Order: sequence, then C-alpha cells, then structure tokens
Amino acid sequence: MKTFAAIVRELIGLFVDDGALALAIVAVVVAAGLVAAFAHVAAWASGGILLLGCLGVLLANVMTAKRR
Amino acid sequence: MLGHLHFGSAITAAFLASLVEAVEALTIVLAVATVRGWRPAGLGALSGLVVLALIVVAFGPLLSLVPLHVLQLAIGVLLLLFGMRWLRKAILRAAGYIPLHDEAAAFASETAELQDQAKRHEARLDWLAGLASFKAVLLEGLEVVFIVIAVSAGRGSLVPVSAAAFAACVLVALAGLIVHRPLARVPENTLKFAVGVLLSAFGLFWTGEGLGVNWPGEDLAILGFIALFLVTALAAVAVLGRRAGVAAS
Repeated sequence: MKTFAAIVRELIGLFVDDGALALAIVAVVVAAGLVAAFAHVAAWASGGILLLGCLGVLLANVMTAKRR
Repeated sequence: MLGHLHFGSAITAAFLASLVEAVEALTIVLAVATVRGWRPAGLGALSGLVVLALIVVAFGPLLSLVPLHVLQLAIGVLLLLFGMRWLRKAILRAAGYIPLHDEAAAFASETAELQDQAKRHEARLDWLAGLASFKAVLLEGLEVVFIVIAVSAGRGSLVPVSAAAFAACVLVALAGLIVHRPLARVPENTLKFAVGVLLSAFGLFWTGEGLGVNWPGEDLAILGFIALFLVTALAAVAVLGRRAGVAAS
C-alpha cells in the first residue's frame, strides 16, 4: 500500500512540482477557455491569451525564483 | 510538408525525452545490481516492463473512445504542466540557481540507501532492491508512454513516435550493459532544456486545438511555438545568469 501511495505521489509530481507554476498554467488555460466559450468570433484571442499567458507565466516564475 | 514537420518534431521530442527517462531508470537499476546483484535488479526491471505493457494494453484502446477535442485539451494541459515544469527546472539549472542533476551522485545516493536498508532488513533486501528497480522502470516508463501518446495525439504518428522512444530506451540499455556504470556524461540538462521546449510547444498547440483555436499555419505553428519558448527560455537563462554573477561578485 505504501509503495502504491509512493507511486501515485510520484505520478502527480510529474505534472505538479512547483504549485505556483501549475496553478498559473491552469489559470491561463481557464481564461483562454472562457474567451473561447463566450467570444466565438474571437477564437484568435483565445490563442493569444494561451500563447502570451504561458510565456509570461514561465518568465514570471523563473524570474522570481530564489537561488539555492 | 506540414505533416513531415509535425512528425519530425514529435519524433525528436519522444526520442530525446525517452533518452533522459531511460538514463534515470538505468541509474537506479545499476545501483540495485551493484548492491544486490543482477537477479533482483533484472527481475524488478522486467516486472516493471510487464506492468507497463499491461497498463498500455488495458488503457490504450480506451483513448480512442474519448472525443478528439477532449483528448487534445486534456493531453495539451498535461503536456503544458509536464513540459513547462521541465523547462523551468532546466532554466534554473542552466542559470546556476539550482544544482545540475548528477547521475553519478544519484547512483551513489541510491546505492547508499540500499546499503542502509541492507543493515536494517537483511532478509528482505532482495525484495526491497527488486522493488526499487521495479518502481524506477515503471515510473520512468509511464513518463515515456505519456510523452509518446501526447506528442502523437490525433495525428496518426503513434507508430514512428513509439519506435523513436523504443530506440532511445534500447540505446540506453545497451550503453548501460556495455559500460556497467551510470551514463553521467549524457548532457541531461541540455536534453531536458530541449525536451521542455518541445513539449511546452506541443502542449500549447494541443490545448489551443482542444479549445477550438485555428492556429495560423496549422501544424506549422508548432515550429513558431518552439522558437518562442526557446528564445524566452534562453533570455531567462541569460538574465538569471547575469543576476547570479552580480550577486556572487
């Protein structure tokens, strides 16, 4: 059981390492999804939010990282 | 033309990512073999491969039941989480913010842990050693399976992408058998940097497709995303590296 729990923990860890980064990515996807759902005429806007959001999230995350 | 570009990026991503995962699994299997011999190491690794195959056979066909847009969105988001996590770590390592991953150190740490377990549970050690080998192969193998499915999703490139991943794993296994020590000279952070860029670009593309975005240039957009992630990541390394240099001086 302990081994199974460890495997599940490690599987989750594959996608979520830095909680702030994971949350920010999900927030960008949700924002892009809302625009895609409510503004059909502006599908490009959804793509733009996704693209700029992901690049921005990555930059903001690494720039605020503390040196170890 | 577009199909070839997509295939090329997908095959490169799967090959490089599988190379990294296989090197990590090999380090642990070798540590187990060093401490307890090849029997528990080999049996553990083989069991991991069997369980992995069973998972693929059991769950693989279910993927075809999921509507394409839902599959693209789910895989896209998971790829973004996975790829950007790798890229973030690779940027911070390249800039000297966190230590580089060292296979020799990982090997030494795994060996020490197994030897410590040997002192505490002598009778059960073969089982514990086999379990360590099993877990390493299963977990790294699941990552390879995920990457293969993710980069080939909905584009009919599953066979060549799987072949590329399989070739990388065989290459690492052969190298491990020949040199009998961790492949510490593989430039793991550079590979992770490249794979992080590729997977993030694929994740962005699939997430957009899943949301109904018509990317300009269709598949060609992936190349643009690769370039943008690469430039952003390199710029971040340069700025962070300079900042770290200023702080050190």
